[in-house]
Amino acid sequence: MKSIVEITPGPIDCDAVLSSVQSVAAGASVLFVGTTRQFTRGKETLKLDYECYEAMALKKMEQLRDQVQKKWDVQACSIVHRIGTVKLGESSIAVAVSTPHRKDAFDAAEWLVNVLKKEVPIWKREYWKDGSQEWVHPEGALPEGFTPGDHAENG
Amino acid sequence: MQVQVVLFAVAKELAKSETVVVELEETDNVAALKSKMSHQFPQLKDLITRSAISVNHEFATDDCQLTGASEIALIPPVSGG
Repeated sequence: MKSIVEITPGPIDCDAVLSSVQSVAAGASVLFVGTTRQFTRGKETLKLDYECYEAMALKKMEQLRDQVQKKWDVQACSIVHRIGTVKLGESSIAVAVSTPHRKDAFDAAEWLVNVLKKEVPIWKREYWKDGSQEWVHPEGALPEGFTPGDHAENG
Repeated sequence: MQVQVVLFAVAKELAKSETVVVELEETDNVAALKSKMSHQFPQLKDLITRSAISVNHEFATDDCQLTGASEIALIPPVSGG
């Protein structure tokens, strides 16, 4: 199957994401799935709502796929992010990577998720059970070189 | 010249709008945009210090020059995943 880079308003078919990277050339495939968690430091979540800057998010996700193929011996890589409401236990993200050997697949998948969480313009809004809600904008969640006043090139 | 800046997430809420228009000089760069935007929209000031600016879907450094034709957005710290 062809690999996937996609932003979708509907549920993610994680099996399809995994099979999209599998091939006889790859001895290892890693699938990471991120789901809405019920408790964060004792506080209860009802649901998450995701918003994105779609044109830029897709461009960044394509760039991540290109970069991961340069850093590791990656056979195929798929990245799917859901937007809109994601209820408890439902998946907001699925990342799959296939490589000849397992270490590269684990390392590449972890790198992809870490960089995506820093550089892809997608935001979540947390709806808490106590009735409050907030946009999540973590400290330091900007790409390397884009802290205020810094003129470094984007590496 | 006037540039339109697209807003997302908490920025959209603070400004009560999906875009804002900022008046710039032809020679202004991203740093000048941030400074003028903070002045014109004080409710965004704190967020702007923690945010990046994108130009045509790429993160832009402070010295990046702007034109009226660029697609400009304020990118608050992201929280996807």
